Amino acid sequence: MSVSLAAPETALEAKPPAHRRKRRGVFLRGAVLPALIVAVWQWLSSAGLISEQLFSSPWLILKQYAALARSGELPHHLRISLIRASLGFLLGGGTGLLLGLFVGMYRRFEEVVNPTVQMLRTVPLLAITPLFIMWFGFGELSKVLLISLGAFFPLYVNTFLGVRNVDAKLFDVARVLEFSRYRQMTRLVLPAALPNILLGIRLSLSIAWLCLVVAELLGADSGVGYMIQDARAFMATDVVFVGITIFALVGKLSDSLVQFLERRLLRWQDSYKG
Amino acid sequence: MQPAVEIKGVSKTFRSGHADTHVLDRVDLTVREGDFTTLIGPSGCGKSTLLKIVAGLDSDYEGEVLLEGEAVRGPSQEKGVIFQEHRLFPWLTAEQNIAADLSLRNADVRRRTDELIALVKLGGFEKAYPRQLSGGMSQRVAIARALLRQPKALLLDEPFGALDAFTRAHLQEALLDIWQTRKTSMLLVTHDIDEAVFLSTRVVVMDTKPGRIKASVPIDLPYPRSRSSRSFTELRTAVLGHLEQRQEQEAYSI
Ligand SMILES: Nc1ncnc2c1ncn2[C@@H]1O[C@H](COP(=O)(O)OP(=O)(O)OP(=O)(O)O)[C@@H](O)[C@H]1O
Ligand SMILES: [Mg+2]
Repeated sequence: MSVSLAAPETALEAKPPAHRRKRRGVFLRGAVLPALIVAVWQWLSSAGLISEQLFSSPWLILKQYAALARSGELPHHLRISLIRASLGFLLGGGTGLLLGLFVGMYRRFEEVVNPTVQMLRTVPLLAITPLFIMWFGFGELSKVLLISLGAFFPLYVNTFLGVRNVDAKLFDVARVLEFSRYRQMTRLVLPAALPNILLGIRLSLSIAWLCLVVAELLGADSGVGYMIQDARAFMATDVVFVGITIFALVGKLSDSLVQFLERRLLRWQDSYKG
Repeated sequence: MQPAVEIKGVSKTFRSGHADTHVLDRVDLTVREGDFTTLIGPSGCGKSTLLKIVAGLDSDYEGEVLLEGEAVRGPSQEKGVIFQEHRLFPWLTAEQNIAADLSLRNADVRRRTDELIALVKLGGFEKAYPRQLSGGMSQRVAIARALLRQPKALLLDEPFGALDAFTRAHLQEALLDIWQTRKTSMLLVTHDIDEAVFLSTRVVVMDTKPGRIKASVPIDLPYPRSRSSRSFTELRTAVLGHLEQRQEQEAYSI
């Protein structure tokens, strides 16, 4: 009965073309509205119905993109923003992941740590910002710390949740098979919590990005946020738009990256409908 | 020879608030080396509870459990456990599940895994994830996973209960095959009298409330057994008789 059937992985990996076509269809349907908005916007400003000074236009923004890229200004600011966001995300997200794992694994640890973390979680980030600036000044440290604080909570909460959702019956199996602590972590707890962890990463990334904007708008001499702030002072609306769209683009890109990871890593899941 | 499993005067009471349930009452049972012992009894009589105790997954009981003469302290690979549900790790492929905490890059593990895949007839499905396997195939992976650890005894709790009749018959044959080639001592829990008589060298009938051993029926039929032979039917009737005794008594007492 078993040998005559084709190996199932071949069926799994070669996605049917119908599936691909469907996804392209979904993408196109999602692109209709943005394209329409851009077209109307361009038409309105070309026809002189709205002020180019205030609202700019898609074409002007594109030209500004090219100019800023050529002068090296855009790559410079983008690089600095990316470094800040990554550092903050790694610091905060990494701590959240580790702490979430420990709190999930050991009830004692949870009893000591979790109430405090949950309390801190309710404090609005923007309310803490002035404190951070007083303590750490306007330099890089306060920015990175603000971002990491934001990135910490989603990963912490979701990792904790993921560990608690591990099937207790599988823990019994791990005991019978005498898994070492390390193996119990790598073959049981981490994979079982992975769907939640990945969700946590996605949320953490978007919050890190958000905090970056806040930090850079509040006070900085470089970064995409500073570029926006600076352009606002000179009423350079197109540069402001360049900054905004860059934020949106990079945000979307990082989110897609995690989604791609999800597709790769969660192939085993029953419920996954990628 | 040293018996594979010895259960001596095991009693178990679940305590929950005020209502205590006395589940096992001084159970004595010996599985001799290489024996295939089957435990049968009404639902709720404590079969799973007893098996968990033997597996070392439950240490809150009175009495003694020995594995090849040594007291059982906690779960270990020496006592392979097959649960009613396959309990495979969904994120590991069939062969990774069999290796579990061991690395398939180790040549020895690789070789033994391949041998077991052949033994449980899963060739072609090594790289499949549990969700792509049928219930019967999953259960065979679970059996292979236990066998890779070369257990002194295999404890099976209604391993085929959730399967359809065809798959069940197929897996019964497979289990017999494994038992005969590997000579692993077996302790099987089942609801199915037919399965018990078909597989085992001895059928132990349990009574309920509290659970205790009521009867032990040696099955002296040669393998392979034919379910339609007269001696088979007679033994089945004998086991059924022991099981029904209790129900008659209950009927009279009403
Ligand atoms: N964790 C528990 N807490 C309290 N009572 C329990 C617990 N586990 C089992 N019991 C009780 O112990 C008794 C025996 O349960 P057990 O699961 O061993 O029965 P079983 O013989 O395996 O039944 P089945 O054939 O239906 O699987 C039942 O009456 C059950 O209610
Ligand atoms: Mg049971």
